[in-house]
Amino acid sequence: MRPLLISHKTLSNALGTGLDATLEALRARRSGLAPCNFDTVDLDTWVGLVDGLDTMAVREDLACYDCRNNRLAQLALEQDGFAQAVAAAREKYGAARIGVFVGTSTSGLLQSELAYRQRNPETGALPPEFCYEGTQNTYSLAGFVRAYLGLQGPALVVSSACSSTAKVFGNAQRMIDAGVCDAALVGGVDSLCLTTLYGFNSLGLLSDETCRPYDVARKGLSIGEGGGFVLLEKAGAGAGPMLLGVGESSDAYHMSAPHPEGLGARLAMQRALDAAGVQPSAIDYINLHGTATKANDASEDRAVVELFGQAVPCSSTKGWTGHLLGAAGISEAIIGMLAMEHGFIPGSLGTGQLDPALHCDYRIENRAAPLRTVLSNSFGFGGSNCSLVLGAAP
Amino acid sequence: MSRLRAFVEGIGLRGPGLDGWEPSRPVLTGAASYVPEPTNMAVTGMLPPNERRRAGIPIKLAIASGHEAFEHAQRSAADTATVFTSSSGDNENVHAICETLVTAPREVSPTRFHNSVHNAVAGYWGIAAQSHAPSTSLCGYDSSFAVGLLDAMAQLATDGIPVALLAYDHAYREPLASVRHVEGNFGIALVLTPRRTERCFAVLELEFQSGAAHAAPMADPALERLRLGNPAARSLPLLEALAGVDLARAARQPGLESRLALDYQGDCRLDMTVTPC
Repeated sequence: MRPLLISHKTLSNALGTGLDATLEALRARRSGLAPCNFDTVDLDTWVGLVDGLDTMAVREDLACYDCRNNRLAQLALEQDGFAQAVAAAREKYGAARIGVFVGTSTSGLLQSELAYRQRNPETGALPPEFCYEGTQNTYSLAGFVRAYLGLQGPALVVSSACSSTAKVFGNAQRMIDAGVCDAALVGGVDSLCLTTLYGFNSLGLLSDETCRPYDVARKGLSIGEGGGFVLLEKAGAGAGPMLLGVGESSDAYHMSAPHPEGLGARLAMQRALDAAGVQPSAIDYINLHGTATKANDASEDRAVVELFGQAVPCSSTKGWTGHLLGAAGISEAIIGMLAMEHGFIPGSLGTGQLDPALHCDYRIENRAAPLRTVLSNSFGFGGSNCSLVLGAAP
Repeated sequence: MSRLRAFVEGIGLRGPGLDGWEPSRPVLTGAASYVPEPTNMAVTGMLPPNERRRAGIPIKLAIASGHEAFEHAQRSAADTATVFTSSSGDNENVHAICETLVTAPREVSPTRFHNSVHNAVAGYWGIAAQSHAPSTSLCGYDSSFAVGLLDAMAQLATDGIPVALLAYDHAYREPLASVRHVEGNFGIALVLTPRRTERCFAVLELEFQSGAAHAAPMADPALERLRLGNPAARSLPLLEALAGVDLARAARQPGLESRLALDYQGDCRLDMTVTPC
């Protein structure tokens, strides 16, 4: 594929709002995870919660979109001068030439969960203020972001569970390459809801301590909320890191378990390398999906070792943010960009003793290192896999 | 503005009174009258028994229409990229989970949870078709079909590989039905190729344009109600054009070019031309 410029970026999660908050926490090895006190949840687990979402509201003219997910989107768009950068791009390209390709897993589903608590006892009706289109519907995030930023190009939501906001890079790349738009707003958010927490609990995948990716005694996920956005433009439009390759695949194995031999993961990584036109040896660091479930880490490790051997430093940063589910792809891609920009490999928080059955070059400690090219993995339910190859600013 | 092109190789259709592509063609062109009967929800042998037992309505709609489209195209589903698009996903499942979450203890079923992801259909499809090909799962509310079509055609243009587009939506039950009306169960699948093949019967050319579409209504009021009421059925004007081309070909007559527009998020549109292949 033709490389694309990532001209602007922003990131928000439990570590704080804006790029600097995540960068500082990565350097200081401070986790954003805390014991879960979200809503009425009575599960013994840890979450990465974003402060302030309960008390804010979305912009007044977009009140029909008001829900935790879109509040989080607005909060993220307002960091790092991102909304202003999009406004400048709108002037440059025209509103109809900028696409919105964003991902989310559960959208505003929390709003429906809350509305079901307030059903009319006689008729069963949902409360009159409940707005389905602006909240629960999966498209609501793209509708909100498009209206918030005054864009009028193609817009969609990719919702493929935990690969969603990695895959949106592929949609944007194809649309720009096909000439449908000149620039693209790419990214997305996912916010806490009860379906996710109780759902993962039902599968026995939630840890009762902070997640410990690749640890011999790892017990499962810590869930987080957050997200980020980037502005993609054609190469030459400015300075910044580059999107070099996107690789997508399907496991064709099981709805909620990864392929045990990492077949889909390996295919996604290989396709991303092929799209970027680089050999495995070109990769300086891999930000793993690394959810800290037994099955994910084993399957991903196998795929990584098959493709890269033990030569490439790897880590999962979910010990910092928790698993951001649909927002993991964009968040970890941006962490990869920060690692290149600031010349360090983030290690792994929460990991004590590495699982001896896993063989990739997994890093626990942070380390300074010049990074030119990184790979970021995101794998989701339904066997939906996506890998991104990102390059440092030339 | 760039013009995207696809060759249509196969179609599958399941909707109210529209049971399969062949019998639906004269209904779509107005040569036969439309009788809106409940959608045939029987699925083919494509789905393994375990997955069939767990499959909700969207999975059945997509597998049934997708299977028909691939048979029509005589192409293997195992190595064809897919674009799934739906406004609602499995809304019965969402309803069941929301009901569970208001009762104590909140015991969400693991199957319901993994079926709650918007890409559940893609996951089941991958297993059924044994496909490791790239696949995406999209949502564009009422424009979900147009969103999926544009994405599939951009993929044809850039990756140069065949792509199947599968769109489906189904009616909500209460209390969500009162806040989101969806008419009937509707599934449509198109197998599209970037180059002409022996099986292709129509060429579709498309441009993304600013400005709302002024879509001509379906001649039959019940079909028009279906078009407006089900996001996947927003494809009906395109299906009508494709049916005209396909029927003319079957009758060894020269088919006519049709022009149509599909709405894209209220302020944009897809301008399309359908011609015989």
